[in-house]
Amino acid sequence: MTDLLTAKFKMDYAGFNLDVDLNLPAKGVTVVFGPSGSGKTTLLRCLAGLERAPSGFLKLAGQVWQDEEIFLPIQERKIGLVFQESRLFPHLNIQENLLYGYQRTLTRNLHLDEVVQVLDLGHLLKRRAEKLSGGERQRVAIGRALLTSPKLLLMDEPLASLDMQLKAEIIPFIKRIEDEFKTPIIYVTHSMNEVLQLVDTMVILKSGKVVNCGPVEEVFSDVRLRDAVGDEQLGAVLETSVAEHDEEFGLTRLDFMGQALNVPKQNIPVGQNLRVHIHSRDVSLSTAPPAGTTSVLNILQAKVEKIGVLDPKGYSVDIELDAGRPILATITRKSLANLNLKPGQPVYAHIKAIKMIHESDNM
Amino acid sequence: MGFPLIDLEPIWLTLQLAGVTVVILLALGTPIAWWLAQTRSRCRVVVEAVVALPLVLPPTVLGFYLLILLGPHGWVGGPVQALTGSALSFSFAGLVFASTLYSLPFVVQPLHSTFESIGKVPMETAQSLGATRMDAFFTVITPLARRGYLTAVVLGFAHTLGEFGVVLMVGGNIPGKTKVISIEIYDRVEVLEYAQAHILSAGLLIFSFLVLVMVYSINRKLPVQVT
Repeated sequence: MTDLLTAKFKMDYAGFNLDVDLNLPAKGVTVVFGPSGSGKTTLLRCLAGLERAPSGFLKLAGQVWQDEEIFLPIQERKIGLVFQESRLFPHLNIQENLLYGYQRTLTRNLHLDEVVQVLDLGHLLKRRAEKLSGGERQRVAIGRALLTSPKLLLMDEPLASLDMQLKAEIIPFIKRIEDEFKTPIIYVTHSMNEVLQLVDTMVILKSGKVVNCGPVEEVFSDVRLRDAVGDEQLGAVLETSVAEHDEEFGLTRLDFMGQALNVPKQNIPVGQNLRVHIHSRDVSLSTAPPAGTTSVLNILQAKVEKIGVLDPKGYSVDIELDAGRPILATITRKSLANLNLKPGQPVYAHIKAIKMIHESDNM
Repeated sequence: MGFPLIDLEPIWLTLQLAGVTVVILLALGTPIAWWLAQTRSRCRVVVEAVVALPLVLPPTVLGFYLLILLGPHGWVGGPVQALTGSALSFSFAGLVFASTLYSLPFVVQPLHSTFESIGKVPMETAQSLGATRMDAFFTVITPLARRGYLTAVVLGFAHTLGEFGVVLMVGGNIPGKTKVISIEIYDRVEVLEYAQAHILSAGLLIFSFLVLVMVYSINRKLPVQVT
């Protein structure tokens, strides 16, 4: 049985209100995504106990943290907090920073040596925070939070202040935390790029309300996503497994649910998983089977699942397809009319580009 | 003329008074300053104003009210007399009480601004790592506030050292009990003993100067705080 995180918060500020009701699996990485002002940080502060929603309810793995009467203070919640700024204590060295929470933890499941090893902090222990780079500081902050053996790790835009290269360096460490320590993570961000390879469960917030919530593959191909994530990231996330390498043409075949995708050859052993992102604009549709007259390599058999809201002023429309897994296509309204698409209708989805989401090259 | 004999008693008394006052002020000023930095209560402005009053009041006004308050019929002096047999006016304890009030802003204000500049983040961070508020205060806030504490101690000490009006009103001029350096200097000048007045005045001047130089140099060497 999977542990659950149940959270209900209602808060009214002038000009902003938060109204969420969430049931999340307390495992893996849950990404809370939304534009700024959508209430992500307020939600995180409610979860942490830094903010008390007047009528709130919070339960993690059977233990109530907040209800009508109970409000567990932050120091008793067994959570780890990591913010955009590392918030290291300047008067302590790195080792003392790491041990600050550890020394105040009664039930310790994690110890200094393993955390130092997983986050590669060994050479930093005697230094002061101000001598560290931004990426190193953030790793220390994560390590310090982990050493309280938290039941939940809350991260508020932990990579937002780092440049692309440092982000790419830290993501594998976060992935490793999840793999090795099994600490569930709630990760708040406004940038999907940095979390596509981490995320298991998505929560999409907009104006203080949950737009959508669920496993990443389902959420990402929901037609309602356009409003919340914008054109940039719109498209399906697919979990595939590496099936075969084609040395002659330099291709790798990826399988998922009985369908295959061919991508440029990947340096990943057969049988391993690979997550791919298919931008909705890179998917076009036809109702007739391809007759060998196309250069498009990847054509999936699919069924029209749902047709998005038609905007009379816009020219395009989002179509949700069922190709074993949900896939999203953005086509013109004119094409929709020409093809006369209806829900349930079989179609062929031509995939023009596939983006591989690597766990990073240095792993 | 050889080295003029100076009475060491007022000097010793002054140092005692300043030392005791600073210790009391730290214990009293810390919670006041912390509360001021944290609270959103409307009482805040009232408390701030009360704390700052000694800055603007003539010492004689403060001294006058304290004399009444601490005297045998005062709200504080009365019960103390009933308990111990003597009131607080014209006593060392009374001087400590008066100095504490008089120097309060010099301790509370630097601490208040330091606590405000530290902000909420270190406390939140420490709490998220399992520390209680008290624990976090002593292990995180206090070390981060050391500049503020240094300033508070020095200003509190130096200001107590130099007070005159309040001491004269509340303590009078009792050798060995309430006669501090500043009053001794006044006495010497009154009787035209300028040599002794010079020694005491110059001593106070040099001491104050050295203390301030020390504070500023220590302050510079402390690492800049980053969060």
